Amino acid sequence: MKKELGIFILLVVLCAITAIMNPRFLAPENLQNTARLIGAYGLLGLGLGAVIITGGIDLSVGSVLALLGVLLSMAVREWGAPGFAAVLLIIAAASALGWLHGFLVARVRIQPFIVTLCGLLFYRGLARFIANDETKGFGDATGLETLQSLAIGNLLGVPTPFVLLMAISALMWVLIHRSVYGRYLFAVGNNEDAARYSGINSKRMIASAYIVCAALAGVAAVIFAFYTNSVSPSSHGNFFELYGIAAAVLGGCSLRGGEGSVIGILLGTALLQVLQNLVNLLGIPSSLNFAVMGAVILIGVLADQLLKRKKLKA
Amino acid sequence: MNHAKTPLLEMRGISKRFPGVVALNNVSLEACPSEIVALVGENGAGKSTLMKILGGIHQPDAGEIRINGEPVTIHSVNDSMRLGIGFIHQELNVFPNLDVAANVFLGREPRFGGFLNLIDRRRIEAETEKLLKRLGVDVSPRAQVGDLSIAHRQMVEIAKALSLDTRLLIMDEPTSSLTLAETNRLLEVVKDLRSHGVGVIYISHRLGEVTEIADRVVVLRDGANAGKLEREEMSHDRIVQLMVGRELQQVHTPKTESTRPRYFVVENLRTRRYPDKPVSFNVGRGEVLGVAGLVGAGRTEVAQALFGVEPALGGRTMLDGEELKISSPQEAIGKGLCLIPEDRRNLGLITSWTVRENTTLATLTSYARGGLVDFAAESKAAVEMSSKLRVKTPSVEALVSQLSGGNQQKVVLAKWLLRKLKVIIFDEPTRGIDVGAKSEIYELINQLAADGAAVIVISSELEEILRISDRIAVMHEGNLTGVLNRAEASEESIMRLAVGHSKS
Repeated sequence: MKKELGIFILLVVLCAITAIMNPRFLAPENLQNTARLIGAYGLLGLGLGAVIITGGIDLSVGSVLALLGVLLSMAVREWGAPGFAAVLLIIAAASALGWLHGFLVARVRIQPFIVTLCGLLFYRGLARFIANDETKGFGDATGLETLQSLAIGNLLGVPTPFVLLMAISALMWVLIHRSVYGRYLFAVGNNEDAARYSGINSKRMIASAYIVCAALAGVAAVIFAFYTNSVSPSSHGNFFELYGIAAAVLGGCSLRGGEGSVIGILLGTALLQVLQNLVNLLGIPSSLNFAVMGAVILIGVLADQLLKRKKLKA
Repeated sequence: MNHAKTPLLEMRGISKRFPGVVALNNVSLEACPSEIVALVGENGAGKSTLMKILGGIHQPDAGEIRINGEPVTIHSVNDSMRLGIGFIHQELNVFPNLDVAANVFLGREPRFGGFLNLIDRRRIEAETEKLLKRLGVDVSPRAQVGDLSIAHRQMVEIAKALSLDTRLLIMDEPTSSLTLAETNRLLEVVKDLRSHGVGVIYISHRLGEVTEIADRVVVLRDGANAGKLEREEMSHDRIVQLMVGRELQQVHTPKTESTRPRYFVVENLRTRRYPDKPVSFNVGRGEVLGVAGLVGAGRTEVAQALFGVEPALGGRTMLDGEELKISSPQEAIGKGLCLIPEDRRNLGLITSWTVRENTTLATLTSYARGGLVDFAAESKAAVEMSSKLRVKTPSVEALVSQLSGGNQQKVVLAKWLLRKLKVIIFDEPTRGIDVGAKSEIYELINQLAADGAAVIVISSELEEILRISDRIAVMHEGNLTGVLNRAEASEESIMRLAVGHSKS
């Protein structure tokens, strides 16, 4: 709880600074857009969090977004698939990729970094090949208005992706922090041997985390595709896995596994998006975007270390 | 032997106490150049403490060490190296990712190129080659150590010791992972070292090797000198006698006969470590079967095979007439088996978790509804089990890492006692546990058997084995060398089987 409190304070302080320095931060359309992005990126963070809790990592998320985005657009625009069926198919395909990652990590015992790094390269290449390196999109999205509204619409003034994130977060919170599954996930991430000696099927637990991660990436892929409405196979989703990892780490997940919380990940995601917004609103050259993000993550993790050391001494 | 010669090493009146235990009491040991001294004793007799004093890892509380007649103090491994003492540990200290030459010269590589500090590869390879030739080992200095057999890795360590100009070489169980041919080869090398003036202290449980190469045997028991034998006086029986002492205590309470014999039956179980040594035994319902043997005898491997951690290569396991097919701990637990592992901090517990979370880890689904944990029920179960086992903890929300060894072990037990158990396997249940908690754990073991479980207790402490077992199986290098009933069991008869004599 302490960890979440720290990042929550940091988030509030950042929001306050931005709001004071540029009141446009609090303008409804700015808040709406920030919330929309939090919604989409938050899904990635939650999935990556589950994988990181098991002590793994998934670097393929960004490329999965590109591949699935291209496929979704081509399915509905070129192959004439009905919108909702295509979406279901996309999420199923994502889960299948997750299953493959899980299989390679848990059964074949290849390091997660390597498995998903290969995924990162492979899916990106595949996306570009399938799309013939052409940018895909939905045009004016005729016939797809409902789906489109999932990404760019609002529900009672709240952006739909944000509403969706809240719903999925609630589900994930119960799963991670209240269910037997969640307890086992932490056990496996903390000490896989002890978990195995207690009768937990550690391989299945690890594999399942990759499926959760990829399936959530599949949902996010639909949102991102409609949000940008132009899926350029070579750049769509680039680095997005790193936003998710950064959010999870800021939110208290340990890359060594066994630690993390849903609320922390949400706060971490929000912090990163507010930072982006801050860079824009405060007139900081947008070329410094990544530098600001890197610096804030480092400071956050450093502060956490210092607090921990202080606590140990006390 | 040659008393005119100044001994290379003299240790006199060495005493060392650790909190709560006297590890060494007035122990003496000497070794001359060109002499092989075997140091033997049961597990825990004080051999390793004595050698750790020579290696500078522990400082003696009393006593004197002389090297070549000069009194010395050894504060670190470097001191000991400078005095010409070399160690070959049971766990080899080689870097598998480096080649042979790099291992031999690690940390003292000859350099050239001034500030560039380049390693003089040519020189280290040439010198390594020379050393390997001297040892008669046909291995290239450029070979990756990870690709070598255990025997060859050991030779790399010996080559390293020789390159350090070692005059006294201490070998701790050097043959425990070697094949027969490799062992013979090693013994030849040791003899050759002797003929070149090196003194050797040879620690081994294998009395056959000891009687073959040692010029003298020094026996330790309970941290004190139990006697020594010159070459002419050596025999297995005399060594074993000295190891266990004459005053054999026969203070066990006889137990009722087991209520159902052959309840848990193991036939021709083969483990990965000893694939060509099938093991068969059985345990009755309500019976405690002790499994004795020296470290590395293959007992843990049997336990892990039965529990499905490292599934057996072959053999049959029957429980109450039903054949068990177990390939994972999950399946074993489902059939009513459990294993309390020796390494409780890494295998038995998640130490950064609370007592509650650890206690319920193997039974969590019983405190859940619809997949969601019922915290109240979970907490209640943990509290009840903790108080039943008298776990000394501020609350069940305390972290397991803050508990003492004995209380940690009780938490591991609590985890299993929440289940209905048919076969319980303990691996070194009281290692590192204080006396009070020990007897509580013995009581528990008895209670579990009395409640109708088949209990297997692996232990290297003879006193413990004799105290709690109804029958005792003894293993030696993967073989089950015999099963003793209460009437036959004594420290001496167990030790005889543990060093490889068969029951006659």
